[in-house]
Order: sequence, then C-alpha cells, then structure tokens
Amino acid sequence: MNWNSFIQSFIFILVIVILAKPLGIYMARIYIGKKAGLNVWFAPVERWTYKLSGIDPKREMPWKQYAISAMIFNIIGLVAVYAIQRFQSHLPLNPMSMPPVAPDLSFNTAVSFATNTNWQSYGGESTLSYFTQMIALTVQNFVSAATGMAVLVAVIRGFIQKQTETIGNFWVDLVRSTLYILLPLAIILSVVLVSQGVVQTFVPSVKATLVQSTKDAAGKEVLEQIIALGPAASQIAIKQLGTNGGGFFNVNSAHPLENPTPLSNFLEVISIILISAALCYTYGYMVKDRRQGWAILAAMLIIFIPCLLICMHFEQAGNPILNKLGVDQHSSILQPGGNMEGKEARFGITNSAIWAATTTAASNGSVNSMHDSYMPLGGLIPMWLMQLGEIIFGGVGSGLYGMVAFIIIAVFIAGLMIGRTPEYLGKKIEAYEMKMASLMILIPPILVLAGTAISVIIPAGTSSILNPGTHGFSEILYAFSSASNNNGSAFAGLTTNTLFYNVAQGLAMFFARYWLLIPALAIAGSLSKKKIVPVSQGTLPTHTPLFIIFLVMVILIVGALTFFPALALGPIVEHLMMYHI
Amino acid sequence: MFREYIKPAVISFALLTIITGIIYPLLITGIAHVFFHGQANGSLIYRDGKIVGSSLIGQQFDDPKYLWGRISATSPQYNASSSSGSNIGPSNPALIDEIKGRIKALKAADPENTNSIPVDLVTSSGSGLDPQISIAASYYQIPRIAKRRGISENAVKDIIRKNTTGRFLGLIGEPVVNVLKVNLDLETYKK
Repeated sequence: MNWNSFIQSFIFILVIVILAKPLGIYMARIYIGKKAGLNVWFAPVERWTYKLSGIDPKREMPWKQYAISAMIFNIIGLVAVYAIQRFQSHLPLNPMSMPPVAPDLSFNTAVSFATNTNWQSYGGESTLSYFTQMIALTVQNFVSAATGMAVLVAVIRGFIQKQTETIGNFWVDLVRSTLYILLPLAIILSVVLVSQGVVQTFVPSVKATLVQSTKDAAGKEVLEQIIALGPAASQIAIKQLGTNGGGFFNVNSAHPLENPTPLSNFLEVISIILISAALCYTYGYMVKDRRQGWAILAAMLIIFIPCLLICMHFEQAGNPILNKLGVDQHSSILQPGGNMEGKEARFGITNSAIWAATTTAASNGSVNSMHDSYMPLGGLIPMWLMQLGEIIFGGVGSGLYGMVAFIIIAVFIAGLMIGRTPEYLGKKIEAYEMKMASLMILIPPILVLAGTAISVIIPAGTSSILNPGTHGFSEILYAFSSASNNNGSAFAGLTTNTLFYNVAQGLAMFFARYWLLIPALAIAGSLSKKKIVPVSQGTLPTHTPLFIIFLVMVILIVGALTFFPALALGPIVEHLMMYHI
Repeated sequence: MFREYIKPAVISFALLTIITGIIYPLLITGIAHVFFHGQANGSLIYRDGKIVGSSLIGQQFDDPKYLWGRISATSPQYNASSSSGSNIGPSNPALIDEIKGRIKALKAADPENTNSIPVDLVTSSGSGLDPQISIAASYYQIPRIAKRRGISENAVKDIIRKNTTGRFLGLIGEPVVNVLKVNLDLETYKK
C-alpha cells in the first residue's frame, strides 16, 4: 500500500466521524418530535398521511402491537413487490418489453427487498422494467430502511422510559424516518450523482455505432452497442443510504453509469455507513449520555479499521501466480497495481477495498468490484464482517439494535466476572433480556452454517459453483453469510438464480430479518417496564475504554469461534495453497 | 384487526409508494434534465449526428492500431445491456488461461515490446464495461499505436494526456485514461 491508500482511507473515516454528530442530532430531534426544519415545513404531508391512513400519532403501542404493525407493513410490501414483478409486462414504463419475472426469482427478490437485504439473483437491466425498479424496489429501499430505524428508536425508548407499557408508535417512526431523514438525503445525493454521469431518464436503451466492430460468441460481426439506461440515480441514492444495496444494473456500483467517477464513488461509499454511524450519536443523544454513543462508534471503528486495512493489503499485494507471467503488479504513480481482476480502473485497489469492507460491515451489499475475484484473505474480510452479525455499523437501525444485543451479553458477562448485577443505562439486565439477546446472536450463525452445510451436500447446491476447489466452498459460505445477515453482496460466480437458491436464500433472509427484529422489540418492551436504577458505586461504566475493549473482545470471540472452522475450509486453505504449494 | 393494523398498513404503504416511488424519481428526473441533460442520458458522444458511444462505457478494441482497454467478461464483449464481471477466483486455472491469452495477443501485436505488462491490461474489469485503463497501461501501448499509424510516439502520448483524468482533488480515486476518447482522437488525428 502506498501513502495515497492511507490518506484516502483516513479522509473517508474522518468525513464519517465528522458528519455523525450533526446528522445524529438531527435524527434524534426528528424522533423526539422537536423542531428540526424539515419536520416543520413538511408537517402537513406527515399529518395528511396519518389522517388518510386512520393513524392516531399520539397513541403509543405496547411492543407486541408495534411488532405486529411492523410485520404486517413488511408483508404488504413483500406481496406488492412479488405481484409487480409477476405482472410487469402488463404494467406501464416497460420500454424494453421485459417479460414477467419467474415465480421463484420474484419471491427471492421480494423477500430480499422487504428485508433490507437486496440480494440480487436478477440482473437489473436485463430482467426488470423501469416500473418495477421504481414502484417496487425504490419504495422498499425507503421503507425497509425506515422499518429498521423505527425498531431501533423503539429499543432506545426501552432504555429512556421507566415503568411504561408502550414503546412508541410504529407508523410515526416509519413515516418520520422516510419523510425527514431518508428522502431529503436521497434527493441531495441523487442530484449530485446525476451531475457525475449517473443516468436518470425514462427513454429506452440507445444504440451506438461501434468505432471498431467486434464479434460475438458465434463469430457473427457486431456493429452496434446497446447501452441500457433508466431512472437509476434516484434508486442508487437510496440503495446506498438505506443500506439496501440492490443495484439498478447487474454489476451494481461497478457499472460506470451507476458509479462513474471517483467523486460519485466517494459519496456513495460514505452514504453506505453515514446513517448507521450517525445513529450511534442519535443513540447517545436520546439516552442523554452522549458518551454511550461515542463508545459504540469507537467499538465499531476498532473492528472496522483493521479489517479495511487487511483487505486492502492483500488486494494490493496482488496474485503471486501473475508475477511468474511477467505481469507488473507494483503500485506506482502510473498504475494502482495489485489484484485488478474484477476491479475498475478508476477505483483501483484502494477504493475497491474501502468499499468491500464498508459494504459488508454495514449491511449494504452493493459492490464496486467483484468480491469473488478477491485474493483469498482479501475476500475473507468481507465475508467475516457479515458473519459478525452486521453490527459493525450494520443496517440502518438494525445494525445498532444488533449491537445492543451484544452490549447486553457483554454487560452480563462483565457482571458475572466482577460479581455485580448486570445493568445497562440504568436498566437491570435479567433472564428475559438475556434470552432475547441470545436469540439475536445465535439465529444468523445457525442459518449461515446450516444453509452452507446443506448446500455443499446436495447437487442442487454444488452445481451452481463457478470456481473450482476451496473457492467454490467459499462462494456458498459467502452466499449464506450474506443472506442470513441481510447483507446482499455476493461471490457472484455462484449461479443463485435457481429454484434451490432462490427459495433457500429467500427463507434465510426472511428469518434473519424478522427473528431478530421481534426479539429486539421484546427487549424494548421489557426494558420499558423497568425502573431506572440510579448510578451508584457499584455501577459498571459502559463508556470507558475498558468496556469498549471488552465489548470488542466479546464480539470477536463470538464471531471468530463460530466461523473459524468454516473459514478455514474456504479462504484460509485457498491462501495456504496459493502461497505455499 | 382491520382498523388497527390492516387499514393503516395498506394506506400508509400506498401513500409512501406515491411519495418515494413516483414523486421522488420524477422530481429527480426533472431536475436532472434541466441541469444535467447530457449526464442524465448516458453521457453520449456524437460524431456527425451519430451516436458513437458513451464517454462512460468502454468498447472492445483488439485492432493493434487502437488503444486497447480492459478485458470484458460480458458476451459479446462490452455488452452495455448486460453488464457482468468474470467472477473468476484468484486460484482458478481459468484466470491463468485468460491472462496468458491476453499476454499472447499483446505480444503478437507488438513483438518488440519487452516491458512488463501493467496488470489492469491483462485482467477483466468488474463491470465488463470499464471505459478506462491506468496511465501505465496506456503508455505500454504507445510504441505499437505509433508504429501502426505511422505517427510519432509523442503525438500518441499527447492524445493520451489529453484524455487522462487525475484524482479528484488530487487525492481521491485513481488517475485513468479514457480508451474510447483516445481512439476517437486517434481516428481524427492529422499527421
């Protein structure tokens, strides 16, 4: 790695940390209901939404009612996305005459977008109409993200309320997240992206006359290039901001019309973790102890930064096999060098690695390079960041409530070690919270490992593999790590548009999302009922460096021990074979 | 059940769909077409009223008189209606075959060039549509292009320089050369 790699990484992280505070305060004010500009100017829109929907915004909900509302809303979205894909040939805005999407693929895509995963079994420009992209997918990009943020706010209320049966109103949290946070940010980002060259149009594909003719696979002369266009910028902005990640085009943000310049790349990659990072500050603000928010952000960065640098190191080091062929992989002022297979020239190694680590730390899943072509240990990093449970930033909202589950576990273990009653933010952590937090931590690994195990045994699983040997195993492990943690990125050599993978991945995404969302709300409900214990001599402080390191250790031990055997069979063996045989 | 859950869910979903699925994309399309018409429509390049490509989408070049771009894994190459990477893993023998094939083609086009080949010239891009290559990859090809066209190496270098974009603010991204633009300039270059 050269000095520029470090400078670019540093600028990236610095901008995130600087923006976390103002955005965090803004979001907190939106959720608390204090005046914050947009919620004054657009208050009529919010009011009318409630009025037409028959929602009483003042009525608070107990956790079960909150959970049922969230589930019903998500299932309506799921059904809508499924139906729109099945009927897209009869719907407007289909200039390229796309046929209906197959049932298993529609199911997979519907679950994928409702659960904020955005796994892409489909190829955007070759499968979906403009109508489907806008009305089905863009809408889910907003509301699935808003659902995650709403649940987080409910969990935060669990800590700040005392002896209360309710945890807020789901509809209010949903509508406010969408109208005042996601929508304005998406509008700003999409306009800037268009200025860089991201397409935003309703005209069909255009034909260009090639400068030099070429031949297709059958040897026939090709004289034209058909360039797929569409209303891409508006969808790309929100898929980055809402940790969705489902691209307008098949290759996602590696596509030059989805991510054309270094500036567009910089803004898109920042957008991946902007809201998740800022929510840490919102958290501290709302629990009235900002140190708690900084502590969580620090714990995330302590895991994130080394992962980013390790990934970058192995990609920059390049492929040892290529050196033998007389290929120049050294980085210089004239070329990025390194492992450029599957990477775009304008991003080089640095921006590809920053993106790979960021998109998997946050449960975004968009890509600007092909992870399948990463070096074994370069590709291990994104895989492992997902396996940690999407809590290092994680999905908007979902990442932080996942982290709260780990904090509960950490507080409990620390309490056992020092012989004190476990407490967090003045709330006693008891058996019920521990059970729910354990569920949240155990369900994704079970789905990952069981899904991978089944897939490598049956022919329907193994026949989809592209790369031979241990790398093929990594492809399947990556796929289930991604779906079972609602990430959405892929080792895309694996052909997942098959009946088996569409259904298996669809189920994994569904359970991973809602079996975590419901226990999180249960914790919120249970905490809300409790008294707040005043801080005393016996209180374990949860903002100190000691606790931050302790929390990081708990996360790493759970993540490392659960997945080390599987990782050893995939990327680690591949690395050893490449370098030592 | 209906009044408490179903009605608010259905109607709020419909309203949010109108706001985020219709109004929002239309608003952005409107702004885009007023302020950034060319960019919003694919940054197309016209020559004599004909579309000859997009400055953001690469094209396949394997004639030695042109500057070559990245390897494209789409079918046919640089198929801008079906983007794809190769997804070939680092230990896959297919990767070695691909690279060896490209090295052979480069050597066949310019047997006298003994420089080591920049890595981005022998590897597939992520999108299969990468419009650019590194400066090193373009410099490697200067002698060949100059010879085939019977123009000076400096002339080729000038055209490459003209179509080179540096890092954003000198820091972000990588400096790159736009292959299609270089080739369009080579075609119109007068000796």
